[in-house]
Amino acid sequence: MLGISDLFRQEIRVINLGVEAFALTLERLGVPVIHVAWSPPAGGDPRKAALLAALTEDEEE
Amino acid sequence: MLQVNAETVRTLVKKSAYHDSVTLLVLARQLRSGDGITLAAALMATPANKELLAQSGLLTPEAAAAGVNDLVIVIQADSATAAEVALSQAEAFFTAKQERLQGAGRPMPRTLESARRHLPDANLVVISVPGTFAASEARKALSLGLHVMLFSDNVALEDEVALKQLAVKKGLLLMGPDCGTAIMNGVPLGYANAVPRGRVGLVAASGTGLQQVTCLLAARGEGVSQAIGVGGRDMTERVGGLMTLQALDALGADPATELIIVIGKPPAPVVREHVEARLRAIGKPCVMALLGRDVAVRQEGLLATVATLEDACEATIAALRGAAWTSRPFNAPPGEIHRRVQAVRQTLAPEQRAVRALYAGGTLAHEAALILEPLLGPVATNLMPGSTGRHSVLDLGADEFTVGRAHPMLDPTLRVEAIRQAGLEPDVAVLLLDVVLGHGAGPDPAGDLVPAIEAAQAEARARGRDLTVVASVIGTAGDPQGLEPQVARLEAAGAWVLPSNAQAARAAACIAGGEPVMRSLLGPGEA
Repeated sequence: MLGISDLFRQEIRVINLGVEAFALTLERLGVPVIHVAWSPPAGGDPRKAALLAALTEDEEE
Repeated sequence: MLQVNAETVRTLVKKSAYHDSVTLLVLARQLRSGDGITLAAALMATPANKELLAQSGLLTPEAAAAGVNDLVIVIQADSATAAEVALSQAEAFFTAKQERLQGAGRPMPRTLESARRHLPDANLVVISVPGTFAASEARKALSLGLHVMLFSDNVALEDEVALKQLAVKKGLLLMGPDCGTAIMNGVPLGYANAVPRGRVGLVAASGTGLQQVTCLLAARGEGVSQAIGVGGRDMTERVGGLMTLQALDALGADPATELIIVIGKPPAPVVREHVEARLRAIGKPCVMALLGRDVAVRQEGLLATVATLEDACEATIAALRGAAWTSRPFNAPPGEIHRRVQAVRQTLAPEQRAVRALYAGGTLAHEAALILEPLLGPVATNLMPGSTGRHSVLDLGADEFTVGRAHPMLDPTLRVEAIRQAGLEPDVAVLLLDVVLGHGAGPDPAGDLVPAIEAAQAEARARGRDLTVVASVIGTAGDPQGLEPQVARLEAAGAWVLPSNAQAARAAACIAGGEPVMRSLLGPGEA
């Protein structure tokens, strides 16, 4: 629970993945934000992407 | 005199060039407004989008051959020159976007991990990538110890449960999936409105519900400490209210939050028990607005239960200011409502007896159906499969309307068509609409609908009828579009604009139902 209470006390700093307009709005409001030039992994194949994600998670553990 | 030439179709395919749906919507709108352009589409070539192209007759062989990671632009124009101009406009649009992203020495990370290296003290990740890829990005963010707002829809239920279990384990927020709105420390996320900071904390399984309540609070001079979206499925038995409970604990412990509002649909019974128990234990005044049939409006100790979004605001104001509160149908005096309804009813033909509600906001549509049904009888709505009735409430933001298409809060195309159609239907007495403003909404949501409203009214008049439009605008003076100019825009088109969605639904019911409905809402003295 400490995590959320901490967030309430911190400046909000955002990583944005997806709709660029959300990052532009935050930037206009002076909120620190970084937009990720995201593109679908594994050539846009959701099944391959899931396999890839599972492999990456195994490596992290 | 209009001269129609043979039409030219041109296709531009950009291989492995991903652009988000909102960016492409903005581009398609720009292209459509060009001279000599009859149709323009800008889409990622997914199977759903190819289907849409096929429906519009724009699935050219080049578009059909494109892959899911390819961007396709198809232009239909009345001359080859006009089509070429549009394609070069599209190229210029992407060059400008590229320059904007790379401009001012800005880093352009391609993954979450590298973004974090550029903004090491980031604490929140907003994810709006296509649903099939959203869960794995959210999992990465949580693993890195970051809070998540998951705007994406079409995330599998089992992924939602797993992500929320991970978030709870790590003491993090996982807002969503399909979380349209949140306000963290005064920062508006997604579709949120410009509302002041204040002492009311909100937990909402509903985006537009949250918007309505925070805007009404702002109009009454109260602000928001935190507004946490939990996703529409959080209070189902399967998800078990994992994030609602997590958010309630956090707001309970937050010294800036003096009162807590919970917004959503009726939870699973076992979840309701947990949520109510948690609310009672918090020791702060709480308001529960879980909109369903037969809600027992009551006050038990510090916990108020209300039946509409507007009443969530009113009960909150009363609790914070120690004032008495009773639900009232309209802000305007009963006599004024009665006179206005009577004036409208005099223009109706005998067969005009139906309410046609066309909504962009899902919870607003749900609330309208719940208000209309007891007053007017059965309501047909896509929110309740199998329902039938003279009156209808359509949620145009529902999944069946948004496959391969942006939400109606961004792309009014489907709603515009439905409004025009209503002008042709002889039984429609009143058109009921919501107009949602905010940081994520388009630049002129009311203006998007006005030409369709005027066209529908003209169609009705040409058939010897009047068509009345009743609406509410969900927004604040501080929103980019401004509440007053948007209300004025609708009023100039002859719409009756009420201060809340609940009041708009009641006004529509009065118009369609006449004296019996007015008697039940306004009391016997006025009808």
